Amino acid sequence: MTTTSNPVRTWGPAVAVVALIALVLTALAIFGGNTLPDRTGPPAEELAVEQTTLTPGTITLTVRNTGADPVRVGQVFVNDAYVDFSGGDTAIDRFGTEKLRLDYPWQAEQPYHISILTSTGAVIEHEIDAAVATPQADGGFFALMTLLGTYVGIIPVVLGMLFLPTLRRIGSRGVRVLLAVTVGLLAFLAIDATLEGFELAEEAGGAFGGPALVVLGALLAFLALTALDHRLSGGNAERTGLRLALLIAIGIGLHNLGEGLAIGSAYAVGELALGVTLVVGFAIHNTTEGLAIVSPLTQRRPSLVRLLGLGVIAGAPAILGALIGGMVTNTELSSFLLGIGVGAIAQVIVQLVPAVRDKAGRLLDPATVGGATAGLLAMYLTGLLVTA
Amino acid sequence: MTVPESPEHDHSPPSRRKFLLGGALAGTAGAAALGIGGAMTASADNGGQPGHSGSQSGHAHAHGGGAKGPTFRMDSRVDHDANGFHPTDILRDFDYGTTSRTEDGRVLREWDVYATDEEIEVAPGVTFPAWTFNGRIPGPTLRCTEGDRLRVRFHNGSKHPHTMHFHGMHPAEMDGIPGLGAGTIEPGGSTVYEFDAEPFGVHLYHCHVGPLAEHMARGLYGTFIVDPKQGRPEADEQVMVMHGFNTTFDGEGNQLYAVNGIPFHYMHEPVQVKLGELVRIYLVNTLEYDPINSFHVHGNFFDYYPTGTRLEPSEFTDTIIQGQGQRGICEMRFKYPGKYMFHAHKTEFAELGWMGFFEVTE
Repeated sequence: MTTTSNPVRTWGPAVAVVALIALVLTALAIFGGNTLPDRTGPPAEELAVEQTTLTPGTITLTVRNTGADPVRVGQVFVNDAYVDFSGGDTAIDRFGTEKLRLDYPWQAEQPYHISILTSTGAVIEHEIDAAVATPQADGGFFALMTLLGTYVGIIPVVLGMLFLPTLRRIGSRGVRVLLAVTVGLLAFLAIDATLEGFELAEEAGGAFGGPALVVLGALLAFLALTALDHRLSGGNAERTGLRLALLIAIGIGLHNLGEGLAIGSAYAVGELALGVTLVVGFAIHNTTEGLAIVSPLTQRRPSLVRLLGLGVIAGAPAILGALIGGMVTNTELSSFLLGIGVGAIAQVIVQLVPAVRDKAGRLLDPATVGGATAGLLAMYLTGLLVTA
Repeated sequence: MTVPESPEHDHSPPSRRKFLLGGALAGTAGAAALGIGGAMTASADNGGQPGHSGSQSGHAHAHGGGAKGPTFRMDSRVDHDANGFHPTDILRDFDYGTTSRTEDGRVLREWDVYATDEEIEVAPGVTFPAWTFNGRIPGPTLRCTEGDRLRVRFHNGSKHPHTMHFHGMHPAEMDGIPGLGAGTIEPGGSTVYEFDAEPFGVHLYHCHVGPLAEHMARGLYGTFIVDPKQGRPEADEQVMVMHGFNTTFDGEGNQLYAVNGIPFHYMHEPVQVKLGELVRIYLVNTLEYDPINSFHVHGNFFDYYPTGTRLEPSEFTDTIIQGQGQRGICEMRFKYPGKYMFHAHKTEFAELGWMGFFEVTE
């Protein structure tokens, strides 16, 4: 590489190439398109229903055109009866959205089959498994979502952190095993969230990338947290316990954002079984997350405020997630956020692994293998307790 | 944790196949050049039938909405002018053809019927690539008297092969099916179907080229009425063809159901009838993909003459069932003024378009 700093010499050729590319693309767009025949198949009309809102006597669908061609809504029928509706008067372009408000006397808890008849006679169908009045985003809703998020996020994580004094007495070998357990816990969460993200993304129609969104979210989160790690360490390669705990808390927090999202959207469509099972199930499940946060802190004595702060960082995003999930039902956003959680957890695992090694540098001795296995099983089994 | 399977995100790709209809314009233009259109069959012999002005233009009644019943998007209407036909006109449009005498003194009745491909607005904002007889759905109501000699010149202006197959009694080579007589009439081709009008009754004709269900479902059907020699009592006569549109072409049921072409039409423009006057409805079921259809009238009963082949009614009822290709005559008088609904009592069809009103006035 030369040391010349003449910007024209450096960037001139690049600018010329970019200009040439722009010129060729423009020419292609103007002349090239005409040399090819039109699509021989039928128009690709697709509408994804991103949100369904049920208010007395009205069903409101927020639809997005996820296909290649504009879609014009002709008429709409619900359970084989045409209905009056407003919205969607003009063609919906690719990625465009429109609200269709259907005048229909729906009954609570009944299933509905909505068919959108497009201008070409195609039918785009949408199922409501069981009609439930959509919660209004009022004070009561915010309070409920905050309470839910606190129950399933903050309280269990903080409870898990109470194990810290116990951890201090188990010695360095014990801590290694515990960290292995944490790796197991987190690995299970990452796998579980990845599968959920893919499943959600499959349903979304794919206009914004489908499953690739999960991968994108994961990679972005991983890279962002890696950068954050470097900044926190200030170039110091030695990982202090508190810094590691903070990274774990952030990673788990991002994961709990996705968890809250699922709870909120399940509540919005009336599928969430609120009550003891949910709260206790999540409490047991997420207590293990608190354990993961404090596991690097056995050699230190952080203040109570700092510990609480870590608990809030890890648990509070569940509240935010519940609020978003309850108000915005967007599968693509959900799968992207799940992906972010996955990337965050993966980054935390990378952070944890050095601390699991023994003095000889071995990663997998019988104790750590046993610990990781115990972590995986613990997450699997406590996961069975939660229904959301 | 398991993300709940949310119904919000179900999404099915459209199942519709778009069919090209390059021939539509050519066919229509051909018919127009020959001076033939929906109104080409001005009758030379109205057979002493009571005259009716046809179109009850004007009052576009809003109906339905929410619990008040099914409707298309409120106040949306199809463009009848662009379609080239109007269900209110079709109701009382009987085409007697042009008549002359045969050498042996019988009435010779002649028609020209054109198959064309048309893009029809079957519901407001929804177009359907139809195949039609004389540019309309249903095709023209061909009407004659028992014993007439009938000559139907069929011209295929469609991009697809078609025939005209009449229900009635005729020689095999006049049956209008592939492989017999003139067989399949290719695009641009024509033929003449000639036979005697028998038996009297209400019948139908339709294309008989395969795939048969599709050739019918695209719109190639119409009513064929053979009057008895002695005639029937004077009445306000109407024809109602019950049919549907399978707009997705999946061959599994229909997305729209109608009488005389356009769903819900007689909800906006009720069929105008007079108090106490005899109303005679020639009712034909040409619905495809659904095995049965039905007809029900509110606030009244009617005499039913299955296939119209007897002069005595078989039943006094307010609801009848017709299978595919079945037809009959309903005769009724309205006792009270006001609006009376009529619809398929297969209520799913009713809510998908097959419903209308009679409006009874003094």
